Amino acid sequence: MTYQTIAQLTNDLQNKKISSVELTQSFLNRIKQHDKTLNSFITVTEEEALNHAKAADTQLSKGITHPLMGIPMAQKDIFCTRGIKTTCGSKMLDNFISPYDATSVQQFKEAGLVLLGKTNMDEFAMGSSNENSFYGPVKNPWDLERVPGGSSGGSAAAVAAYLTPAATGTDTGGSIRQPAALCGVTGIKPTYGRVSRFGMIAFASSLDQGGLITRTAEDAALMLNVMAKFDEKDSTSVDQPVPDYTTTLNNPITGLRIGLPKEYFNQGLDPAIAKTIQDAVREYEKMGATIVDISLPNTELSIPAYYVIAPAECSSNLARFDGVRYGYRCKDPRDLEDLYKRSRSEGFGNEVKRRIMIGTYALSAGYYDAYYLKAQQIRCLIRNDFQEAFKKVDVILGPTSPTTAFKLGEKMSDPISMYLSDIYTIAVNLAGLPGMSIPAGFVSNLPVGMQLIGNYFEEARLLNMAHAYQKTTHWHLQTPKGF
Amino acid sequence: MEWETVIGLEVHAQLLTNSKLFSGASIAFGAEPNTQACAIDLGFPGVLPVLNQAVVQMAIRLGLGINADIAKKSVFARKNYFYPDLPKGYQISQYELPIVLKGYLDIALEDGSNKRIQITRAHLEEDAGKSLHEDFQGLSGIDLNRAGTPLLEIVSEPDMRSAKEAIAYLKALHSLVVYLGVCDGNMQEGSFRCDANVSVRRKGDKKLGTRTELKNINSFRFIERAINYEVERQIALLESGGKITQETLLYDPQKNETRPMRSKEEANDYRYFPDPDLLPVIITENMIEAVRRELPELPAQKRQRFMDQYGLSNYDATILVSSRAMAEYYETVVKESGNQSKLAANWVAGELSAGLNKFNLEITDCPISALQLGKLVLRIADETISGKIAKTIFEALWNQEGDVDHIIEKGGLKQVTDTGAIETLVDKIIAANPTQLADYRAGKDKLFGYFVGQAMKESGGKINPQQLNDLLKKKLNL
Repeated sequence: MTYQTIAQLTNDLQNKKISSVELTQSFLNRIKQHDKTLNSFITVTEEEALNHAKAADTQLSKGITHPLMGIPMAQKDIFCTRGIKTTCGSKMLDNFISPYDATSVQQFKEAGLVLLGKTNMDEFAMGSSNENSFYGPVKNPWDLERVPGGSSGGSAAAVAAYLTPAATGTDTGGSIRQPAALCGVTGIKPTYGRVSRFGMIAFASSLDQGGLITRTAEDAALMLNVMAKFDEKDSTSVDQPVPDYTTTLNNPITGLRIGLPKEYFNQGLDPAIAKTIQDAVREYEKMGATIVDISLPNTELSIPAYYVIAPAECSSNLARFDGVRYGYRCKDPRDLEDLYKRSRSEGFGNEVKRRIMIGTYALSAGYYDAYYLKAQQIRCLIRNDFQEAFKKVDVILGPTSPTTAFKLGEKMSDPISMYLSDIYTIAVNLAGLPGMSIPAGFVSNLPVGMQLIGNYFEEARLLNMAHAYQKTTHWHLQTPKGF
Repeated sequence: MEWETVIGLEVHAQLLTNSKLFSGASIAFGAEPNTQACAIDLGFPGVLPVLNQAVVQMAIRLGLGINADIAKKSVFARKNYFYPDLPKGYQISQYELPIVLKGYLDIALEDGSNKRIQITRAHLEEDAGKSLHEDFQGLSGIDLNRAGTPLLEIVSEPDMRSAKEAIAYLKALHSLVVYLGVCDGNMQEGSFRCDANVSVRRKGDKKLGTRTELKNINSFRFIERAINYEVERQIALLESGGKITQETLLYDPQKNETRPMRSKEEANDYRYFPDPDLLPVIITENMIEAVRRELPELPAQKRQRFMDQYGLSNYDATILVSSRAMAEYYETVVKESGNQSKLAANWVAGELSAGLNKFNLEITDCPISALQLGKLVLRIADETISGKIAKTIFEALWNQEGDVDHIIEKGGLKQVTDTGAIETLVDKIIAANPTQLADYRAGKDKLFGYFVGQAMKESGGKINPQQLNDLLKKKLNL
């Protein structure tokens, strides 16, 4: 039963064919069996999970419950969970137990989902390979010598290996879509402001957005129905009605205008991936969609702009980790300055420190205008590119990542080449648009992800389009060998 | 050499909200350390700020009160620095786009003229917590109750030319924020704090001298002393050929001296940038109008009205409008006294204020109710009692000896107005003092007062003085 989708499992649970305890136990068993290899979980909450499953079964036995009652899931370890360790993949928070639940955690709890555990991630969500975790790298289930992508690498690997039917992720520059692509699963990053950021440990506040990794678009729709909600505790949350994402899943694709940005098919892209994506485009054509060539001329500026804005915000967001109130504190500090310096240099990993340094520099007096302000102007240009494009097309389609999963260690010594692996995803965050990645085929037995980008709050359209593709293809149903 | 003092003031007014600027935690004063700080105030991972909308209304009020521009769009920014009582590692403040811009406040100078002090800006920001360096044996204690408390920082232009002007400005601003109901004005509890930027220059110089900043002084008296001390220090230093260092100074009221707080080497680069967790504050014309409609009468308007309506002098009116409570008290006295506005002003600004000052009381703690004082003034006006007796009754009222009429009745303090009775008394006095009478009639006019005194003494001060005068004159000049 662990190989079934949430749509199937929820049916079985509601019809009492299976119990939540059985289901939860099966996933816990799989985690025990496989996660020593994969390292996709930082914390497994076996006892709490079984207790919640029991409670869910009681609810289910009474009839009328939330449609997802009793479905197991995992939370990326960036979401604060009351009473359960929340590490953000960092030594800094290795001892941190949150006194409160993130809004997203609370929403899933209230809907009756069962938390299996907290998934591994790049430290403070900074990374594209999940190698920046204090808890060690996550392995890609499709090839254990390769990375699962990042920063939500634990969530993507766990879903790909059927250790959980769904997991949350966060996406600041591609951190849901890129690992989803590299692990052959479905990932959705909603519009900025659609999902509450309260309780989601901040990396770059103006870019961070919570979302989901699932096996199918239909499952993503079911899960997003719970997660998408206005939250008054998050000032950047948008108070806009949330549709039932499942009702439009089967809408026809006929007449849909799909834009292919020429900048997403340039020389940086692996030709085999380009071909895979072109094949998918033809599927949509067969369904009656119109294909339009478009241009997003400022795409290449998105990486430099991102690597000013994101570090700038992170340098400030991570200032609270000072060893004073919670988290890692160095041994025997001599004085206040020593406490700050050693707690932070011992508690943070290299990539985090690198970005704090870059961001601190970018915000410094005399540099602010040249870097931060300029980056914000580029951000406007990028947003305008998309708005121009959406005058001509309904959805933008392209590859999620320029390559398939790369080898562990391959890019660790070359941060710039690591940063470039987010070239197709970053602009979406800078513009605050919703984006998805869905499996579109394989190159050398490694999954290829196709990215769909919609206009603001058009998650329903993306899910509809992804579902249409998944109804006619089988890429999302493949199982990595050994799992 | 003649020197000119230049002073600019930054006032931190704590806003009269129930909860913090970005969280629901209480801001009540005096709670046990760290009992009024929630996860948001403590800067826990993942928490987010949400603006307390009440502060926007208050900022608009202040803006209208100082005739300022209210920004249609203002932006919260992060001021980044590390300190243990700053939980997030940054303070949320406003930097490039503050909520209030370009206002002014008129202050009354000693010579009776007004001076206009320009106000550069007022912005919203959160307070930091408190570091306690004593009582922890080599360690520091942190109390985060105050962290996140809403403040309005009001920054003046360097328009003041003496400590006296600075105090006049502070008092006017203090009175204004209390009138507006945006701040309780409690300086002891730190609700109204002041930093002073002080410099001196040669008279006639256009360029400002190097300034020093005097931090966090919490009483008008100390501010005046601190500024005067600092001005003298700077002049002495310059005259002996020295140079002023731009630095932050702490005033020690015990020693009456200033000393450096942090040196320039440690000057922070605060790396301000717009806080991405908060949306810009958008204020519409309608919002401003709604606040304007609810605005109470402000000190300046009230002072003018008191002068026009009650015929008071600028001096009396200024004292009477110094606080909303004082003005209300006065107007009740006027009403109760049958519109004896000037007599009422004399009593409230005179006897009553002196009494309050003597015992260091606020008008709100006054032992005499406005109703009773009004009645006292009425009894003077309707000639039931003499002004002299009134002072006795005032003291009785202060000592809570009961109601005005009751005190008059019980003490038999009613003024004697019966002409027959007064005449009898006058005759008696004249008869008893033949020598003085002869001297008076021989031209010693000053002896008139002697007869008045004798009559008053004999009657216990109860004779109507006018009647006594008239009668005495008539009889003595026979």
